[in-house]
Amino acid sequence: MTKPPVLIPHASGTNRDLEAAQAIEAAGGDPRIVHVDVLRRGTVKWSEHAAILLPGGFSYGDALGAGGRLALELRTWFASELSDAVDSGRPILGICNGFQALVKAGLLSGPRRPGGRGVTLTHNAGGRFECRWVTLGVEPSCRSGWLAAIAGAVVRCPVAHGEGRIAVSDSEVVDSMTDAGLIAFRYLDSGASPFPAAGPAFGEYPANPNGSAADIAGICDATGAVVGLMPHPEDHIFDWQRPSGDAGGSGLPLFQAFVEAAR
Amino acid sequence: MALRIEVTAVDDPKGPRVLAAAQLLSVERLRECVVTRIYNIRGGPAEEQVERLCLELLADPVVDCWSLGRSSPRGHAIEVAVQPGVTDADARELERGARELGLPDIEVTTAVRYDLIGDVSADDIEKLVARELVNSTIEHWSHGVLEPEFSSAVPVDSTVDVIDLSSLDDGELIDLSRRRVLSLDLAEMQAIRAHFRSEGRAPTDAELETLAQTWSEHCVHKTFRALIGLTHRRADGSEIVTEHDGLLAALRAVTEELDPWWLRSAFVDDAGIVAFDDENDLAFKVETHNHPSALEPFGGANTGVGGVVRDVIAVSARPIACTDVLCFGPVDLCDQDLPAGVLHPRRVREGVVAGIADYGNKLGLPTVNGAVLYSPGYIGNPLVYCGALGLLPHGSHPTEARIGDRIISIGGRVGRDGIHGATFSSAGMDAMTAETVGTAVQIGDPITEKGCIEVVERARDAGLYTAITDCGAGGFSSSVGEMGEALGVEVDLSGVLLKYPGLQPWEIWLSEAQERIVLAVPPAGLPALVDLCDQWDVELTDLGEFTGDHRLVVRHGQTAVVDLSMKFLHDGVPRRRLQAEWVDPEVRSGRQAPFDGDLLLIMLAHPDVASNEDIVRRYDHEVRGGTVVRPMVGPHADGPADAAVVKPLGTGGHPSAAVLSNGICPRVGVLDPHAMALFAIDEAVRNLVAVGGDPDRVALLDNFCWGDPTKPDRLGGLVRAVQGCVDGARAYAMPFISGKDSLFNEFNGEAIPGTLLISALGLVPDISRVVTSAGARPGDDVWLVGSGSDAMGGSLIDGILGLNATEVPEPPGTPLLRYRAVHRAIIGGIVTSAHDCSDGGLAVAVAEMAIASRHGFVVTAPEGSVDPLRAFANETPGRILITAAVSDRIAVRSALGDHSALIGDVDDTPTIRLRFGDHTTEVAIGDAVAAFKGENRP
Repeated sequence: MTKPPVLIPHASGTNRDLEAAQAIEAAGGDPRIVHVDVLRRGTVKWSEHAAILLPGGFSYGDALGAGGRLALELRTWFASELSDAVDSGRPILGICNGFQALVKAGLLSGPRRPGGRGVTLTHNAGGRFECRWVTLGVEPSCRSGWLAAIAGAVVRCPVAHGEGRIAVSDSEVVDSMTDAGLIAFRYLDSGASPFPAAGPAFGEYPANPNGSAADIAGICDATGAVVGLMPHPEDHIFDWQRPSGDAGGSGLPLFQAFVEAAR
Repeated sequence: MALRIEVTAVDDPKGPRVLAAAQLLSVERLRECVVTRIYNIRGGPAEEQVERLCLELLADPVVDCWSLGRSSPRGHAIEVAVQPGVTDADARELERGARELGLPDIEVTTAVRYDLIGDVSADDIEKLVARELVNSTIEHWSHGVLEPEFSSAVPVDSTVDVIDLSSLDDGELIDLSRRRVLSLDLAEMQAIRAHFRSEGRAPTDAELETLAQTWSEHCVHKTFRALIGLTHRRADGSEIVTEHDGLLAALRAVTEELDPWWLRSAFVDDAGIVAFDDENDLAFKVETHNHPSALEPFGGANTGVGGVVRDVIAVSARPIACTDVLCFGPVDLCDQDLPAGVLHPRRVREGVVAGIADYGNKLGLPTVNGAVLYSPGYIGNPLVYCGALGLLPHGSHPTEARIGDRIISIGGRVGRDGIHGATFSSAGMDAMTAETVGTAVQIGDPITEKGCIEVVERARDAGLYTAITDCGAGGFSSSVGEMGEALGVEVDLSGVLLKYPGLQPWEIWLSEAQERIVLAVPPAGLPALVDLCDQWDVELTDLGEFTGDHRLVVRHGQTAVVDLSMKFLHDGVPRRRLQAEWVDPEVRSGRQAPFDGDLLLIMLAHPDVASNEDIVRRYDHEVRGGTVVRPMVGPHADGPADAAVVKPLGTGGHPSAAVLSNGICPRVGVLDPHAMALFAIDEAVRNLVAVGGDPDRVALLDNFCWGDPTKPDRLGGLVRAVQGCVDGARAYAMPFISGKDSLFNEFNGEAIPGTLLISALGLVPDISRVVTSAGARPGDDVWLVGSGSDAMGGSLIDGILGLNATEVPEPPGTPLLRYRAVHRAIIGGIVTSAHDCSDGGLAVAVAEMAIASRHGFVVTAPEGSVDPLRAFANETPGRILITAAVSDRIAVRSALGDHSALIGDVDDTPTIRLRFGDHTTEVAIGDAVAAFKGENRP
């Protein structure tokens, strides 16, 4: 079977690109890490790739807010490449810093509001960077076509971020996102109970590690092709990566669904 | 005229943090603090362009409000900015971002405004400013508006001063050394005077500074190379006098004697290197960054991580993990006990942890192992040990520059920050230190260093360089000077990229930046390297070439700056002859005291034992996806792990992994530095073995943090500790592969407790067999490997109860046999959990296993102890607790032989029970968890 080429753009400060590439490879894709400056010169083209994965890290050191500088580049340098990708339905996945950039670039904006976007990612409610394993549920009602393959699945993986709290501009945003099927992942509370028994996190720390509205961990756009999430499923591809406890909750099926959609 | 933009976030967590800090400072009348980000912009953008800047870059539409000009304050407004020249990443990124938006020429400075709302007094404000909001080492502030300071047009300054030494007498020489922060003693200054007299000329400022850097304790380890006479007075009154012909030589000698087949490189390079698998080697280095962290905790620790990672890059390795061990004053220190000129330990800890997290997280390196210790001895001089592990293909690290090779610097630009880092760290500190050497402290720039990592890895694989070194303390003067020792170099500073104009040649030559690497590049490879740097957004400067004339020649355009013989630079430093003495304390076994459950809870809540989870979770310990054993373990991820296991990315073809651990026992060192070294080695090794590390594949690193070595009592302890390391390496058959000494850790003439950190790097043969402290199952047997003693000197409980014991326990006699037996059992798959016995003895170790697993433990004290306290709280090294299934009892016995005893079992009760004869101490696991996690301190 052919391996669909997956573009992994690297901006200065990106650092989870290697794990993302490892996950794509394990899922049957052909990962290609390319620096954004090289993409800008056009020697490597976005259109040569069947899918795009924006990985985690600290692009430009999170100066001026996580993902903001990279978002500016996505908008100013690559606007047409990205809109071509979205229009052609190629899957786009943003993880952590990649998610932050997609949100701030307006590709994952939630419902429109007078000031612009209806959602953003900002400082954790605890005010600090937080690294811990969390449990995620893939929303069964999510409109993303490529996530449908794993709808309802439970994924366990770490979060590692300081600006991962989903904040909304007003109280209606969550309802309208729910109705539109734009919520892709939520944090669940699995306590110390055997996997996969897990219930809602109800906003409680540490199951919801950053105080995100409605326990939202990831969202998609209206086309369903663009998906972003804060946690790192790429860090749970092999069984030995799991801290302890029972089997299951691998992040691999997520990447398999992503690569499958790129075929 | 500059334009001012203000941005305020709704529910910015920084405001509440200031409020919480104010509470701790007893500024109770502060009701609220509003934090506003300020951007001052020069370069005349039009109004609609400014609006675009705000919408596109500065203000988030969901959480931020922005405005132009100064909004009216809601309380007493304070504005804080970094001093000109200190790294300001936000300003830089705004300038770069503005270029993308068609504003190529704007100049930016940033500031933060705090609106302090409430009935706060002038005293309150002063206290908040001094203790929380501002660090005057790197920041300045004002009431109301802080006028922005843009860089002004300063012309190139190629002034080279000549300093005539020949006319100076000895007193004037010493005075000159002090005034220029040279940290050279009289004999060294005299040697320099004699050298230039013989050349019939006076040195330039840059020559004098170059010699001071190269001859600094930091760079040349004068104490560790000195001839030392030690007088050791024993407790029985006898006296032993010994001569020590170089402490470093003694440590290297035992490594050469052991010389295992897997040792690749020890002591000769920036990091030690050992074999990992058929293709790859591991490089490991641990550094200290104590003095900078005392003055500016965030920047000091930040650049501490940057510096040690750079060391690993400089042996051509890709960094893959970080470690950190921290020693602070007590965080509950009363204000009146805080000496003038010292930051409160709470603030030091906050800043240090934030600095480590910032650098490691942004580099994408998991911070996986460490420890935090507290003692009043560290109030004026905290210790910050930073370690880095790297992976490199075997044989891929070139070390020989050739004549004609270019000297290429990549990475960060040169600024005035970071001048005198090496000489500053080679002197003690006092209340005035912050003012006199503020320039030695920097804020790091991890993203630039990350670029260096990417470029060096690719340049190495393409074979583009013939030698590599890092630009550490002393900047180009020490890196280029060192690299060119064998051949000689000629350098032109006029092409060096500067952060801002106006630096004099000696400043350019001397200034350290964390994020710079110097490469020797054959001219044919240069275009490829330039292209690589271009691809990865890394700046490059061609400094000059390797000449073969054995001289260090530096010019700034046509102006001569330095012309020194390499021989004098590297061999001219006079060897020191030092006197040392050590007096053993009188032997006391200490008083007796009862042992009960409350005492166990007090030990679990002691800062040296209690959970560090609030620190550990601020470090990314997952990035790179290779962390097999994490700092916190168990079903609730809150039990302490013994060591970290890291499976390097890209080595999936086999099941082995690296293991990192540490040992540090300063309480023992006060009584017996020799024993401290053995204890620290044992602690590091048993931690490593407890997770599945192979004791026959362990490499050790030493890091000595000590007081002023010119004082015989300080030096005596240091010599004894080095002897302990040498004896330990031999007894455990484990070589030292790298080390570091940080001396002059004194504040106001008081030395820190001599503190030795031992870091261990080992191999886990099979990651499917690793164990942690959390895996016990109800019904399992509990085994104790090794036996205890009644000696309580240096123990945690001695400190808590004041037993006044000075007798320290004996280290194990045949440690390697014992640890091999444990390793066999673990690799054989019959061990369900293992945990080392250290601070707090058997009682704390059992409690930690119960906390980690949330299962009950019933343990009976092994025979031989005089009382329950000594049985459960003594800290004899060499002990590991193991659990295993009852069905494996025979297998465990045959694997561990005489080394172990069956002392109890695991059950499904919610309690920890410790039995001594008919005396039982019982503690509920819930109470133990609460004490350990600081939720409910007893």
